[in-house]
Amino acid sequence: MSRDPASSCLAATRPRLLPDEADPGAAAALRGHLARHGARPSCAGGRHHRQRLIGEVEEAGLTGRGGAGFPTAKKLRVLAAGRRAPQVIANGVEGEPASDKDKVLLSRAPHLVIDGAVSAAELTGATEAVIVAHPAACQAVQDAARERRAAGCDQVPVRVLAAADGFTAGEASAVLRWTERGAPVPTGRAPRLGRFGHQPALVQNVETLAHLALIMRHGASWFRSAGTPAEPGTMLVTLLGAVRWPGVYEVEPGVPVSGLLDLAGGTAQPSGALLIGGYFGTWVAAADVLDLPFSAAGLSPLGARPGAGIVGVLPAGACGLAETARLTRYLAGSSAGQCGPCVFGLDAIARELELAAAGGGGDLTRVRRWLRDVTGRGACHHPDGTALMVGSALRAFRDEIGLHSRGRCSGTSGAGVFPVPGPPS
Amino acid sequence: MASTQWLWFISRGSGLVLLVLFTAVAVLGTATRLGWGPPRWPRFVAAELHRSLALFTVALLGLHVITAIADPYASIGRAATVIPFLSPYRTAAIGLGTLAVDLGGAVLLTSLVRYRLGLRAWRAVHWLAYLAWPAAFGHALSAGGDLRIGWVAAVIWGSAAVTAVAVAARLAAAVAAWAQSASRPHRQVRRELRGANR
Amino acid sequence: MTRRARLTVDPIACDGRGLCAELLPELIRLDDWGFPVITGAEVPAGLHGEVAAAVRLCPRLALHLEPPPPGRAG
Repeated sequence: MSRDPASSCLAATRPRLLPDEADPGAAAALRGHLARHGARPSCAGGRHHRQRLIGEVEEAGLTGRGGAGFPTAKKLRVLAAGRRAPQVIANGVEGEPASDKDKVLLSRAPHLVIDGAVSAAELTGATEAVIVAHPAACQAVQDAARERRAAGCDQVPVRVLAAADGFTAGEASAVLRWTERGAPVPTGRAPRLGRFGHQPALVQNVETLAHLALIMRHGASWFRSAGTPAEPGTMLVTLLGAVRWPGVYEVEPGVPVSGLLDLAGGTAQPSGALLIGGYFGTWVAAADVLDLPFSAAGLSPLGARPGAGIVGVLPAGACGLAETARLTRYLAGSSAGQCGPCVFGLDAIARELELAAAGGGGDLTRVRRWLRDVTGRGACHHPDGTALMVGSALRAFRDEIGLHSRGRCSGTSGAGVFPVPGPPS
Repeated sequence: MASTQWLWFISRGSGLVLLVLFTAVAVLGTATRLGWGPPRWPRFVAAELHRSLALFTVALLGLHVITAIADPYASIGRAATVIPFLSPYRTAAIGLGTLAVDLGGAVLLTSLVRYRLGLRAWRAVHWLAYLAWPAAFGHALSAGGDLRIGWVAAVIWGSAAVTAVAVAARLAAAVAAWAQSASRPHRQVRRELRGANR
Repeated sequence: MTRRARLTVDPIACDGRGLCAELLPELIRLDDWGFPVITGAEVPAGLHGEVAAAVRLCPRLALHLEPPPPGRAG
């Protein structure tokens, strides 16, 4: 079971999505939500009117907050123009154990997410909105949906579904299949915009929908008043590892990485390396990244991306190679198990890393070959993401690897740093 | 007189050959599925042989059915060649043969268009092969060979033994796969490599 | 430039049986675990017969030949 989601927001600007520090529980209830944000403006209407509203989203420059960063307006346009009525699916599965932002958002501001889902449904002419929520936050969302049904808020029916366990359960086609009562594993059909299941579907991360709800109230220029011109708005980030106050924070893209860590109370000990972007992200040496802006543009010189806004700090006393081996073993075990290269390839890579971490063994030339071999050969990006993370570890921990090949290790603490849940029930 | 006896011989003879061929097709099918074969043979040999032999067997089956209809002594009637248990002459025995033809025919036809049909539909029908063989065997026992002749009995029971081994092996593989997948509801790659996969 | 038909493997259907790599060594090799890696996705004209045979024989119907994409104007 994951850590209890902590929520804290000390951003310099007033938080948009997360509730005020003063009264963190208020926005979970409908009254508190309405007091803070006002009523949801209706987005229903003729095609011309809806396309104009989608134009507002386009001008705002909203991109997906699930990690891929795809322009939201594009998806909305395609589905709104389609012949068949789609369904809207709010993806709050958050299968990535290092990330907590979706759980926190759904627990503290469920009405904002539901507002966004209903608005998206009206904009695309959808028949229903389904919120798929991580089990830790499911109760809050169900309570919110019940309040809204009693108050008759929404013309579009809203359904809440608890997410399945497992890393791959959060992948878009897996979520869609789960809502259609199938197994929560990727389907492998190349998802052209909106077309993977029986009914066209708009699958959006819950944070993206929350931003959409606010854009519909306050407009594009308001949205752009935060962040950078290329990456406007705010974003939720999860900070974990060796920081004083791990948790979810709301920040503007472009804030320096050191600023992020300061928000979380700074690092308790000097940091060795950072894992940027989650378990499919990039390992970088702390010194190389602290001054860089936390944005896609800012991190690109290091080959890193913010992804779903996760920054993990590895303290200097921990062994990066051992941590990488641990994460890789977890990722290998959480494969959906449908594709041979993923099942066997990730297992083999994990085994070599474990041998290298234990000292003296591990053929890393073979690992490099396997990283190329597994990439692009699964039905989803699970092997690709793992290969990227491992590749970055082989570069970032080159010195450590050298030490280990001589039977030594710079790490002083044996315990793992990042969360690695047990096998799904 | 001589001409009709001739038909009868061809009918009986082709029947026995068909049982052997059908057995070979079944064994080759299992070999394809389980990756059996002599070590240096490529995997596609079993698959191609299974397919080619099945097509040849069906051609011979056509001959077998035609001689059976044409034989004036054993009046089966044309309808009984496709609808089981319709023949007034030895209803059950011929009926089993017709059943084998029907089931085998379904397997064959779906296999010819399997790419268009898709894996799941094709596989579902292909399982009927496991019913077709026993039907053919029952037909062979009751309508066919004279078991008092030693070598005929040897061929018939030998075919049964060989098929039983193949079916048992297939069952064992199915049980192993089921045991592994019991924990998750969707199809998974088997997590140990078969010998052929190195 | 003429676009060619492309060879792809459905990774979920594929079970690593290995027939395709035997029939099309020019275009497919097997990885360390017996699963196919498409080394030549674009099918040269001379191999169409072999490709058709491999697609037909795959026991899991996992090998696909996608038609060439429509040409772009201009």
